[in-house]
Amino acid sequence: MKLTPVLSDNWDVDRSWTLDGYGGDYKAARKALTTMDPDSVIAAVKDSGLRGRGGAGFPTGSKWGFIPQGDGKPHYLVVNADESEPGTCKDIPLMLANPHVLVEGVIITCFAIRSHQAFIYVRGEVLHIVRRVQAAVAEAYDKGLLGKDIFGSGFDLDVVVHAGAGAYICGEETALLDSLEGMRGQPRLRPPFPAVAGLYACPTVINNVESIASVPAIIDRGVEWFRGFGSEKSPGFTLYSLSGHVTRPGQYEAPLGVTLRQLLELAGGVREGHELKFWTPGGSSTPLLTAEHLDAPLDYEGMTDAGSMLGTKALQIFDDTTCVVRAVLRWTEFYAHESCGKCTPCREGTYWMVQILERLERGQADAGDVETLLDACDNILGRAFCALGDGATSPITSSVQYFRDEYVAHWESGGCPFDPAASMLFESAGVAR
Amino acid sequence: MISDETRELAREVLARYPRPRSALLPLLHLVQSDEGYVSPDGIALCADLLGLTKAEVGAVATFYTMYKRKPVGDYHVGVCTNTLCAVMGGDAIYAALKEHTGINAQNGVTDDGKVSLEHIECNAACDFAPVVMVNWEFFDNQTPESARQIVDDLRSGQPVKPTRGADSVCTWREAERVLAGFYDGRADEGVAAGPATLEGLKLARDRGDKA
Ligand SMILES: Cc1cc2nc3c(=O)[nH]c(=O)nc-3n(C[C@H](O)[C@H](O)[C@H](O)COP(=O)(O)O)c2cc1C
Ligand code: SF4
Ligand code: FES
Repeated sequence: MKLTPVLSDNWDVDRSWTLDGYGGDYKAARKALTTMDPDSVIAAVKDSGLRGRGGAGFPTGSKWGFIPQGDGKPHYLVVNADESEPGTCKDIPLMLANPHVLVEGVIITCFAIRSHQAFIYVRGEVLHIVRRVQAAVAEAYDKGLLGKDIFGSGFDLDVVVHAGAGAYICGEETALLDSLEGMRGQPRLRPPFPAVAGLYACPTVINNVESIASVPAIIDRGVEWFRGFGSEKSPGFTLYSLSGHVTRPGQYEAPLGVTLRQLLELAGGVREGHELKFWTPGGSSTPLLTAEHLDAPLDYEGMTDAGSMLGTKALQIFDDTTCVVRAVLRWTEFYAHESCGKCTPCREGTYWMVQILERLERGQADAGDVETLLDACDNILGRAFCALGDGATSPITSSVQYFRDEYVAHWESGGCPFDPAASMLFESAGVAR
Repeated sequence: MISDETRELAREVLARYPRPRSALLPLLHLVQSDEGYVSPDGIALCADLLGLTKAEVGAVATFYTMYKRKPVGDYHVGVCTNTLCAVMGGDAIYAALKEHTGINAQNGVTDDGKVSLEHIECNAACDFAPVVMVNWEFFDNQTPESARQIVDDLRSGQPVKPTRGADSVCTWREAERVLAGFYDGRADEGVAAGPATLEGLKLARDRGDKA
């Protein structure tokens, strides 16, 4: 298996965040705006098979194709840079090291969907990333790459960098739109879909940072080249993020369909002296997997077949020192805290699931409580207003599926059988190991 | 009291958006950069500029965790205690900082007003776990010891440098101003990437892997 640095290719270049560090000019955007028409850009992205990198894997070109044309309304592009799904840590380093690839992708995308106004919605809690994106946009304006008549093509585009204010739910695309309109970030009823009635009720494309950043290379190097990586249904390459109990955590850009076993080999394996216990393929909202899934292809189909989802490709690795009940409790606390409160199953369900998991972790619950927990999941999954509620059930149902014995061990031993200090990266005294 | 400068900047924020109400989130950041929290005067300013009631502005402000109802410290410290960081040591770091600062409440402030403390959710830096943020700058790969040192340095006025960020931490109010959309000219400071970010690329270079 070969690594495929494309988005990450200039991250080790001096001042990689500047236009110089990016390679001088926006070659792919120039090609699109001066030699292609918008429909052929959409067609190229469709043919490339690029799928959304924000979690759901929706084909990017098809999404663009849903934007009505000649409707006389303004069209908008909103880049989802809210990256907050637990475990996910790819868009932030990408924007820190290489914000220009995102700006170039924004230009090409807006040209394709006939939009003259884009917003980059960056989560607020990442100050230096906000600076780098602000500076990249300013530099692009300065060099005439944004603004009026870009490349003399007659195409105009304005980009606003917008900082969020701390709410996971604002990563959900319709909640993001409400937030960008200055409201509480709560999901909207669909239909109408954003492609028809999105920002200010106008046709809007919402794409993840990595999706948009993948576009320039497709335009520059071609559909065939892109399809040379990955599989028929999951073509291309992507950023896999390894974190947790692994020797060399980090970003590994590789073809879709690699396996965790291959990635772990590159990353020096699971923490020395320990074994893999459980992992998430794409953030906490994707069902946990175990060592039995080490050889499952990390692509959209492979992960569905394994009973999970590719999600954001956030591979969180936990070794045998980790208590799965503790891990699931903490994630559930997160969902309860971030539930926007709009629908009852999620608002009430996550609250009660935290109560039950707390008792389970303390060893003060029993088999009946596990059933109640699963029952609560049953009442949320498919009944919640948005995917946050569904995601909240993933860690619970999957952990019970694979680790029911560990739940039992908690009440049989009257408490958590694990020593939390054993899973830390430093001695309990606080000194680095 | 909201300054005249802030009122001037508020108009600039409004001008960025096709519809005024979209300016509300950056306006609330701007209010915090002046007042140190979302003050009653700040709410009134937003309401006034956008033609909303104060209750409508308040309802938005309370939805988002970054908007504070009481002043925080000059240096707001966030410890990631989402599962991955927690397990890798974030819980221990948070406990150590609580003990060290004597802060017990979420967003509580030290007596000198210098430091406030909050446990935060995943900050998209899990490959650098355990993670601590100061005024939303990254402090990667922390231990209780290193985190205590950061807090001590902040309180005694020593320069403090993020692992991935500007060369020094600005104040919380200065950070809020950047988040309101007013770039402070500091993007060229700091690294392009931390060591973990570069692991895959380094390996690709060593092996001669190319796309
Ligand atoms: C609760 C929740 C949080 C989400 N957070 C993000 C996020 O932070 N970034 C992101 O790109 N997509 C996020 N998504 C997915 C978006 O709704 C949307 O599918 C995505 O931005 C579309 O872009 P893509 O097609 O390029 O992947 C989230 C979804 C849900 C339900
Ligand atoms: S599922 Fe949760 S986050 Fe989504 S709308 Fe319902 S309450 Fe809000
Ligand atoms: S879990 Fe702490 S940064 Fe992601």
